[in-house]
Amino acid sequence: MLIITCPWCGERPEIEFVYGGEAHIARPTDPSALSDQEWADFLYNRTNPKGTHAERWRHTHGCGRFFNAVRDTVSDFFVATYKPGEPRPDLSQDDAK
Amino acid sequence: MSDLLFPLSTLAATAPDIPAARLSALPPATRLVFRGREAAIGPAGIAFGAELPRQACRFKRSGDRLAAWLGPDEWLLLAEDADPAALIAEIEPAVFGLPHALADVSSRSLGIALEGPRAAYVLNQGCPLDLSETAFPVGMVTRTVFAKAEIVLLREAPERFRLDVWRSFAPYVWGLLEEARRELA
Amino acid sequence: MSGSFRTSSGGRIDRAAPLAFRFDGTTYRGYAGDTLASALLANGVHLLGRSFKYHRPRGLLSAGSDEPNALVEVKRDAARVTPNLRATQVELYEGLDAASQNRWPSLARDAGAMNDLFAPFLPAGFYYKTFMWPAGAWKRFYEPKIRAMAGLGKAPTLPDPDRYTQNYAHCDVLVIGAGPAGIASALAAAATGARVILVDEQAELGGSLLAAPDATIDTQPAIEWLADALAELAAAGVVLMPRTTAFGYFPHNMIALAERVTDHLAAPGPDMPRERLWQVRAGEVVLATGALERPLVFPENDRPGILLADSARIYLTRYGVKPGERAVIFTAGDSGYRTALDLAAGGVAIAAVADLRAAPEGEWPARALAAGIDVRPSTVITGTSGRLRVNGVHLAKVKNGKAGLNEPVACDTVLMSGGWTPSVHLFSQSRGKLTWDETLGAYLPGQSVERERSAGACRGRYGLAAALADGYHAGEQAAAEAMKHPASAALKGAKAPTRSTSRAFGVVATETGTDGFIGATPHGRNPAFAKAFVDWQNDVTAKDIALATREGFRSIEHVKRYTTTGMATDQGKTSNMNALGIVSEQLGQPVPKIGLTTFRPPFTPTTFGIFAGTARGDLFDPVRVTPIHGWAEARGAVFEPVSLWKRALYFPNRGEDMHAAVARECKAVRTGVGIFDASTLGKIEVVGPDAAEFMNRIYTNAWTKLAPGRLRYGVMLREDGFVMDDGVVGRLSSDRFHVTTTTGGAARVLAHMEDYLQTEWPDLDVWLTSTTEQWAVIAVQGPNARAVLEPLVEGIDLSKGAMPNMSVAEGRIAGVPTRLFRLSFAGELGFEVNVPAAHGRAVWEAIFKAGEPFGITPYGTETMHVLRAEKGYIIVGQETDGTAGPDDVNLGWAVGKNKKDFVGKRSLNRAAFFMPDRKQLVGLLTRNPKVVLEEGAQLVADPGAAVPVPMLGHVTSAYMSATLGRSIALAMVKGGRSRIGRTLHVPMPKGAIAVEVVDPVFYDAEGARLDV
Repeated sequence: MLIITCPWCGERPEIEFVYGGEAHIARPTDPSALSDQEWADFLYNRTNPKGTHAERWRHTHGCGRFFNAVRDTVSDFFVATYKPGEPRPDLSQDDAK
Repeated sequence: MSDLLFPLSTLAATAPDIPAARLSALPPATRLVFRGREAAIGPAGIAFGAELPRQACRFKRSGDRLAAWLGPDEWLLLAEDADPAALIAEIEPAVFGLPHALADVSSRSLGIALEGPRAAYVLNQGCPLDLSETAFPVGMVTRTVFAKAEIVLLREAPERFRLDVWRSFAPYVWGLLEEARRELA
Repeated sequence: MSGSFRTSSGGRIDRAAPLAFRFDGTTYRGYAGDTLASALLANGVHLLGRSFKYHRPRGLLSAGSDEPNALVEVKRDAARVTPNLRATQVELYEGLDAASQNRWPSLARDAGAMNDLFAPFLPAGFYYKTFMWPAGAWKRFYEPKIRAMAGLGKAPTLPDPDRYTQNYAHCDVLVIGAGPAGIASALAAAATGARVILVDEQAELGGSLLAAPDATIDTQPAIEWLADALAELAAAGVVLMPRTTAFGYFPHNMIALAERVTDHLAAPGPDMPRERLWQVRAGEVVLATGALERPLVFPENDRPGILLADSARIYLTRYGVKPGERAVIFTAGDSGYRTALDLAAGGVAIAAVADLRAAPEGEWPARALAAGIDVRPSTVITGTSGRLRVNGVHLAKVKNGKAGLNEPVACDTVLMSGGWTPSVHLFSQSRGKLTWDETLGAYLPGQSVERERSAGACRGRYGLAAALADGYHAGEQAAAEAMKHPASAALKGAKAPTRSTSRAFGVVATETGTDGFIGATPHGRNPAFAKAFVDWQNDVTAKDIALATREGFRSIEHVKRYTTTGMATDQGKTSNMNALGIVSEQLGQPVPKIGLTTFRPPFTPTTFGIFAGTARGDLFDPVRVTPIHGWAEARGAVFEPVSLWKRALYFPNRGEDMHAAVARECKAVRTGVGIFDASTLGKIEVVGPDAAEFMNRIYTNAWTKLAPGRLRYGVMLREDGFVMDDGVVGRLSSDRFHVTTTTGGAARVLAHMEDYLQTEWPDLDVWLTSTTEQWAVIAVQGPNARAVLEPLVEGIDLSKGAMPNMSVAEGRIAGVPTRLFRLSFAGELGFEVNVPAAHGRAVWEAIFKAGEPFGITPYGTETMHVLRAEKGYIIVGQETDGTAGPDDVNLGWAVGKNKKDFVGKRSLNRAAFFMPDRKQLVGLLTRNPKVVLEEGAQLVADPGAAVPVPMLGHVTSAYMSATLGRSIALAMVKGGRSRIGRTLHVPMPKGAIAVEVVDPVFYDAEGARLDV
């Protein structure tokens, strides 16, 4: 069972959370302006990277808030969690330090 | 016949007395969920009679009023002895025009108290949180899980917890708590 | 049975507490503190079981959890039967009743032993080779026969009457293993104020300190030092957990522990759990799991009486039991000498010490020689004799890797030591990377993944002094690391340990070095007839492994699966390294090139009960009941599960079956009045200045113009355009909506709404609160509904003009505040009375009483389903399956065509939604009105068509309609609306059923009955 750091509640066990798919995929402001292909991309296509992945989680059985997380899909360790609306942390700079 | 604590009443009436972890059903209470933007939070607390805590996972109590932080814009307001409609009528004018939502959930859940030196041990048979006093101090509240049920858990004293459980899940939580404390009899 | 092998004094047993126990029906005596294994050895019983494949007689190999042979069944009563317990871990209690396994008719005369004679025909992979012919015989004949012959132990047949509990725990430092390294770790960590848990699988904490009679620590005998150290740990608040196996290492430092609470008690209390599962979240972990002694692989090394050398020493020093009277010791290092000397001191004759090494040097061989022991360098055992107990060995000198002439030596026990294998199981489970240490000939923990460190023998730091020092250092380090971690609440504000707290331990003990051997020892015999066992539990020999490599298996993972070495319940604790050594030798490649198999949890077999915990019977899942449940129960309702809810399915009168009851209930609603508990409906309060805007975006419908006091049927799509949920929504005021959802969809719909609100439209001033359990919902349906409710309500005008269909009013009913909805899922004059759940039962009873003059009839979900099907109302999840758009189920009218956007709108423009062969909702009428179709049955145009017959759709709902006096059905059919009026067929096992496709509204299509 993973430990996930809720940006509001702190470290909590995984069973309080629900996974929400890839993060930073904003719903188009005018879906009707999109081609079928563009709309299908929005609906279905995801990056599915090996390595760090920005994804959404919801602290369903806690504060109820959605937030974003960067998780390493290889090690299953979380690199960062951050509130919605905040940009994905620039982790390359952290590495450079 | 008005059984306000159904479906917990029978279970509570027949619970064995185990001093290491006493289990009791709490009397009915008024419960409101308050949600709102920044401007509404302060006035809502003043009107309710207990400040709405801004620190995550904390509750504040004033007299019989208790305001529990459940999320960054969500509080559970508990009043032991008040009519929901009357309480709403006290709060609404104070936040008139300020974006907010107030919903009566008095009947939604039932309160359970668990008290005694082994209360945390009993709770930890279904609740995955660290319940040491440093990690979960008196005055802390959070939604969490107890086995397959969601609960709101408050620590009212070092050895006293209050659980708020959705009504239909209450017998399940109660049954597991009974199983958990059986070894302490 | 010969006399006692118990020494006259010494050991950790309580000689003042004798116990009687039974093994295979014979009563023996032992002492408190014995294991079943030590007590049987004390009685001279070495034959404890038959092997898995060849049914060879087997005795004890070890004294611990690595025991592969001595698996026994312990029985307390008919239901409390536990198979496959290691006799080495079964603690003796008065009346213990144990039995051997895998033998028939008796242990000494076992019919299956003939397998041993057929051994040449049962080589590695024999399953795959022998039983492939004739076709089908595997399933019919071979597999049942083999399963009956093989297998270890029998599963109990009665439900497990014992209790099992599960606990979560947290600590800063978890120390696994309470040998010297673990004790020292715990001492160091506890000194910092950290929360420490120390666990050990044995009954007594101390590990090797419990069998170290010659060692002193800080001038105290080791055993006394241990007692002081444990007292110190307890005083410091360290949680000490004996009889607790750390069996799994899961991500983010979650360690699973199995604590055996009552298995060692003669009369366990009924309220105590038999076992506890602990899920420990540790800030830092110290693995102090020690090392396991390796057997040597020589011909017939599996006879009863052949033990690991250090295990024999443990039996003597810890339990006061001699493994025999005359021992031959076969060793690859110093451990064999330590055993020889301790045993000699305990009165066991040492016939010889055969040492694989050419020139054994150092203190231990010197002491053995000084004690007059016959030490033979460069010597191997080439074979053993004795049927149910070893009675002699052949020794031979090894020259240039070949065994020379055999010399027989009589003995009644053979003690072997191939050196030590660090126990890296948990480290490997934690995904840590193992590295090969050429000097030690062992895999050691390398790069960590989790926040853990290994200490002592499990990382190759052998010897008491090294283990204590390494353990203490690891404990200090773990506590310091835990302090850095924000979650370690206990350490907040604690001071970093200063160097001065460091402790050094003054150890006086003779260390046993690091020599060892991996692989099979030379024997010079025909390999086809020499059974040198590598894996005792799965009966894998050196020959099997060699055969696998000859047949082309190169990877150890493949060799493992082909030969089954290391795949038994002991997970190859004693066998893995020797298997690697043999493969390495066969392939001429160094050991690290061969690879290593994965160590999987559990470390030792774990009961199913511990995983089930208290989740059984009524507490397996929450059973949700409504406030009215008790009334329905008293009324004799039959219930059905709907998600986690228990709902009344129907209310039979005396002697009625479901069909009759439902027909009666339906008739009551259509002609009089019925009462139905709809409390399980999901409910969400949508409140805020932007509530209508939010509703517009989430639902297909338009909400802006819905006046307060009105209801509307809402349809919700997923973003891909498929129907997700539906329900009636009431607008209570400009900024407040009372939303209802399906019973099963409540949580999903709220999560869907929260998702959009929080992540796409956080600017909207609107908030969602689940009110599912706030409201009890009492549906009062039928022509007399108004008349029943009218006298009960206050402040609500129920007249048609004031309260038309699809409206809502707030007021009081039976003295309780209510939100009264006028709507009907049955297509009648109807109301849904929402009252606070606490008052649900009282209001239900008041309505029922008021309805009695009208013959008010309680009805259940089956009647509700029939009534709605008569009206052609869909049930999301029954008519829809996640691939239906709103138009497919005739809900196109609910889609706000003029709305610029809502969730799912863009998808509705996809070409697929306009295909003529989309499945569409239709009604079906069977040609024979008495035939009720089966839900899920397929529809075809021509049942006589050539296979595969094209499928046109399926039946989604089918009932006998009492109202219509015939059966009805709903179906999703390709191009269904264009088929109305045509005949289709439902192929069934007894022949096809002809059906006419009709409009799905069977009753009151014009809605006149609602407009009253």
